[in-house]
Amino acid sequence: MMKPYIKAISYYLPERIVTNEELVADFPEWTVEKIADKVGVSQRHVAADSETATDLAIKAAEKLFEDHPEIQRENIDFVILCTQSPDYLLPSSACIIQDRLDIPTSCGAFDFNLGCSGYIYGLAIAKGLIQSSIARNVLFLTAETYNKYLHPRDKGNRTIFGDAATATIISTDGFAEIGEFALGTNGAGAENLIVKSGCSRCPEKVNDLSFDENGNPRSSDYLFMNGAEIFTFTQKNVPVVIKLTLEKNHLSQDQIDLFVFHQANSYMLNFLRKKIKIAPEKFYVNMSMIGNTVSNSIPIALADARNDGQLSGNVLVCGFGVGYSWGGCVLKIN
Amino acid sequence: MEINEFIEKFAEIFDDTDASALKPETKFRELEEWSSLSALGVIALADEEFDVELSGNEMRKAETIADLFELLNNK
Repeated sequence: MMKPYIKAISYYLPERIVTNEELVADFPEWTVEKIADKVGVSQRHVAADSETATDLAIKAAEKLFEDHPEIQRENIDFVILCTQSPDYLLPSSACIIQDRLDIPTSCGAFDFNLGCSGYIYGLAIAKGLIQSSIARNVLFLTAETYNKYLHPRDKGNRTIFGDAATATIISTDGFAEIGEFALGTNGAGAENLIVKSGCSRCPEKVNDLSFDENGNPRSSDYLFMNGAEIFTFTQKNVPVVIKLTLEKNHLSQDQIDLFVFHQANSYMLNFLRKKIKIAPEKFYVNMSMIGNTVSNSIPIALADARNDGQLSGNVLVCGFGVGYSWGGCVLKIN
Repeated sequence: MEINEFIEKFAEIFDDTDASALKPETKFRELEEWSSLSALGVIALADEEFDVELSGNEMRKAETIADLFELLNNK
């Protein structure tokens, strides 16, 4: 059976940057320092009006082919895109991407719809494709433009979320062997992080905008996140999935050299780190210049950690969020 | 834990609100500094000091700091 490896990771951030100074102009009750201090984000990239997640994914893939001339697009035999911002209800954006990237028509391609846990699930799918010899070189893309789903008065989410795309090659050789997974799902939490209208259940806009006691907008037509419930969900499930991931990989917590969590917000990350008892130097945080980039956060963190020389030994990656959906995996770095 | 000690811990959630400004009967959502992030602070406080998982829906039942203290003690 073929062993699966991550061979390369590249990412693309849209050109437009929204700084805390700009946000404070819209929300004068906040200060630049307070946003940076509480949420851990100083700036975030936001896709242009005409720029979709598919466009970002293509730029991330082009960047990967440019950064890694040894990887040829004619050798890609599978394209997987993780996004919750497809161009159309149908077809899959991954099919459009195959054509725009000039990847051979002999490849397989599909989208899957997950958010902050998506990178873990994509690695799991790609591992299956490699191990079963269905594919040899999987191009796994993540791309998200949550900012398009945010109401302009949604202070909390506009502060947190940044747009981005990433490209990962999973192959029969590479720098990180993909180990064992622990996954989890609880759709009972679906309503706590949701964009309700625009799809089959609720095709038309509802126009039911209201404001809660903190002045935050709530509407079926924009992204809604119940921060307190999401926080409780992570408190309950992340420590458990970390434990299960360690067990599946026959490792103890002190054998992990670096923990790379979904970069939700620094407040939550710090809380989880202390709760799970991870030393700060083994806990990677890189969200200050990009924000929470949903399914992109883990591959961007892995790429940055690799550039910083911090990626070595056993790396535990863990994603959690919208669904609810969560998962963990250990990467063994060569 | 006594209520006064709880008020001290509760005040640590905020930057500009001093414990001396808080009383058991204070309606915490009416504090000028209260925000959705403060709610996360309360959940973290429940976990770290009471070893209790407090959901956002449960928190909604509490109006004053004393209500919150009672809620956590009874979990």
